[in-house]
Amino acid sequence: MKSLNRRRNAINNVMLTLTGVCAVVTSSTLILVLGYLLYNGGKSLNLSFFTNLPVGQGETGGGIANAIVGSAEMVGLAALIGIPIGLMAGVYLSEFSGKTFGFLIRYTADLLNGVPSIVIGLFAWTVVVVPMKTFSALAGGIALSLMLIPITARNTEQFLQEVPRTMREGALALGASRWRAIATVIIPAARKGIMTGIILGVARISGETAPLLFTALGNQFWNTGLNQPTASLPVVIYTYATAPYESWHQQAWAAGLVLLGLVLVANISARLIVSRGASLPK
Amino acid sequence: MATPTAVIGAKSKPVSGRLRGADEVAWAVTFLFALLILAVTIWLVYELWSASSPSREKFGFGFLTSRLWNPVTDEFGALPYIYGTVLTSFLALLISVPLGVGAAVYLSELAPPKLSNALTFLVELLAAVPSVIFGLIAIFTLIPLMRTVIGPALKSALGWTPFFTGPVFGVGYLTAGIILAIMTFPFIISVSREALMSVPREQREAALALGATKWESTYQIVVPFARLGIFGSIFLGLARALGETMAVTMVIGNSPTIKASLLASGHTIAAVIASEFTEATGKIYTAALVELGLVLFVLTMTINGLAQLLILITTKKGSGKA
Amino acid sequence: MRKLFAVSLAGTVAAMLIPAASAQKINGAGATFPAPIYSKWFGEFKAAHGGTEINYQALGSGAGIKQLTEGTVDFGASDVPMTDAQMALMKVKALHFPTVLGGIVLIYNVPGVTAKLKLTGETVAGIYLGEIAKWNDAKIAADNAGVKLPSTDILVVRRSESSGTTFVFTDYLAKVSPAWKSKIGASASVTWPAGIGQAKNDGVAGMVKQTPGAIGYVELGYAVENKIPYADLKNAAGKFVTASFDSVTAAAANSKDLAPDFRGSITNAPGAGTYPISTYTWLLIPTRIPDAAKKKALVDFLDWMLGPGQKDAQPLYYAPLPKKIVDLEKKQIGEVK
Repeated sequence: MKSLNRRRNAINNVMLTLTGVCAVVTSSTLILVLGYLLYNGGKSLNLSFFTNLPVGQGETGGGIANAIVGSAEMVGLAALIGIPIGLMAGVYLSEFSGKTFGFLIRYTADLLNGVPSIVIGLFAWTVVVVPMKTFSALAGGIALSLMLIPITARNTEQFLQEVPRTMREGALALGASRWRAIATVIIPAARKGIMTGIILGVARISGETAPLLFTALGNQFWNTGLNQPTASLPVVIYTYATAPYESWHQQAWAAGLVLLGLVLVANISARLIVSRGASLPK
Repeated sequence: MATPTAVIGAKSKPVSGRLRGADEVAWAVTFLFALLILAVTIWLVYELWSASSPSREKFGFGFLTSRLWNPVTDEFGALPYIYGTVLTSFLALLISVPLGVGAAVYLSELAPPKLSNALTFLVELLAAVPSVIFGLIAIFTLIPLMRTVIGPALKSALGWTPFFTGPVFGVGYLTAGIILAIMTFPFIISVSREALMSVPREQREAALALGATKWESTYQIVVPFARLGIFGSIFLGLARALGETMAVTMVIGNSPTIKASLLASGHTIAAVIASEFTEATGKIYTAALVELGLVLFVLTMTINGLAQLLILITTKKGSGKA
Repeated sequence: MRKLFAVSLAGTVAAMLIPAASAQKINGAGATFPAPIYSKWFGEFKAAHGGTEINYQALGSGAGIKQLTEGTVDFGASDVPMTDAQMALMKVKALHFPTVLGGIVLIYNVPGVTAKLKLTGETVAGIYLGEIAKWNDAKIAADNAGVKLPSTDILVVRRSESSGTTFVFTDYLAKVSPAWKSKIGASASVTWPAGIGQAKNDGVAGMVKQTPGAIGYVELGYAVENKIPYADLKNAAGKFVTASFDSVTAAAANSKDLAPDFRGSITNAPGAGTYPISTYTWLLIPTRIPDAAKKKALVDFLDWMLGPGQKDAQPLYYAPLPKKIVDLEKKQIGEVK
């Protein structure tokens, strides 16, 4: 009996240690990724990198200034389109929707959320690039907004739903109409969660490459016009990483570090916001 | 004077006719935006369907079983890409499920709450890392590692099986599988951990009271209890892996072939669309690529649907909320 | 925080609404073969010509042809002349304008070998057909006496997308190897019997550079810029020739004239000093450009390219166009309306 117990205990210790190893391995992956980018990209980060335009193929120097601006432009456009739509749809789902239609919209939003980003790019190419007869920042922004809308809608709905009934009923009892209750009481109560969702959504689309491949294409020069191809950070990383030039590799690392830095900052701040403001009076 | 309250739905309680008008506007506005989501999704499916019709009409269901991909003669078949997509995702899960569920077990059963939260936080942040960054790192670290260390080691140890033959380029199915595994960790760990944590304490305590070791209690009672949620997490990870484009394109080797060897290079649906769409000349070629997009869409939609279903069942079952 | 968000949003919107500034903007896409010299040209032209910005995206010749056909770019670029079928699909006919001459070299990464390898057309075809699998194969050793070749596997690298470079390469292989001609043929996009695909000249160069045992085909400049060794090829006259300014120029000089529309191939040309895998590369310009300012900018660029631009060719490992081609092209510019 004793030996059986010893064996069982041994297995117990081994397996539990293994699970600890699994946890360490998986959670350290992020540290490794970040560390690697810092190590390789850090040395190329200087002011000229952020302010220069790309130079000719194979030449040294040059920077990613237009890529940063291009990304900001398209993500900004996507936010301009996607946030209002997502917010309003979320309000509808949480406050107004009936059973069947609500289910339909939720299902569709989840469906849209699950569409692979390359397919979104295909769609945007068909409905924006081809009719406009040009690659454009507009097409890129629209493709990105398609990814932002479902995340924002579902997230808004979720946080609005978490606002306690007492608050809603209190507002209505004081004589507010539904829309006033929503606008002045319920949404503000849920604003931390909603904002978090928006920040996370924007961070996610700013790292997307596939939808931009056939919509925004790329540009060596400055571009601010909506109807011209635009450089973007993720596409630049992709192009430079797959090229043979050492100078481009350096820039890819640095650009990757910039992108990852932005995304991580957004994600961490979003979580901090939510964890600090989490407790609502019940 | 009947007041038609049914217009807005049973939830609203109008105080007076005038305010109801404004509520109606609010309802209408938000409804329109919600409808927009429905409309755009329908439009997307429609465009996928219609833009792929030249190819669907020409090849029919044979498209899914043909291995031939020849832009010159306009003959297209999806099998190599379906094979590559399924194989790389399968490899990814093969690696990430044991690691991920193991980690989830540790994080939910063994780790002190603060450590558990901290490590989970790190893992969940991994989900935010853009795909192209994984690709970037893979090109300069994983591919050389595969080519110089992992590949030759596997080849010498397991070269007698058909799965580890052929030249070792460093790119290929296995490399893609590994990078996809890393990308699916967060989904598996986060959702499995939630599922495990929602198993009622009584279950564990009953097992321990009966003399089981912690491992036995976990392995034989807790994990099976949470299995639906764990399966849900696997499906979520699978859905992500199937649709992954950039990291895979950078490491798969871009060969529209079907090979048994995991060290061989192949192709996936998402990767071939990304590489060939900008240059697909002619109606049939473009339509074939869109049809591939349609296939991928249906695939991910099915898997996602299953995942949602499983997670729904688990949360309803395990939470026991009033 | 909210204010910052609002202000930056407003700023972004304002920036987006600024109409594309007064400088003319033109978009083009196409071959990676001439991308190094095109990116230099467009940079120089912008400085010399009042800020005209010609944005060129090197995606591959196939992409250039497709995007021009779809009308999503203002011009295309390709190392493979458009086929009659492709030209028939174009709503607005396009003209071919040769820009430079270039050579395609076989780059290799053979561990322990520092000498320049010599290869024949049949050997290269055998490698790409998958028939010659190791570097110390008898056929390779036969042409490289005195070089110690290892028994490493040959890892074949080729293009994954539709490529003009592929067209020229397979055109050459079809001319020197009957086996290649019957099994595979010449095209921008073939069914490769062996090897892995990489995107663009860049991708092939990168992969060969990093992979011991690899072989690939790229435009000469990519090999030299990245310090990747490339082989001497046996030409039609039986001599092993190194790709260079002289040997590529000789290929053009010794070939029969291009067709009146400037389409044509100069691979495997006769002559003792000819490099066998040489080619023209073309800009594809529509015959009708509705926007007058764009048309003027493109026409000015073509003029400049045929004049001062040609001197950039040699330093970047291309060769300038023969004079008689330049003269004929200047006449063709008049057909751009």
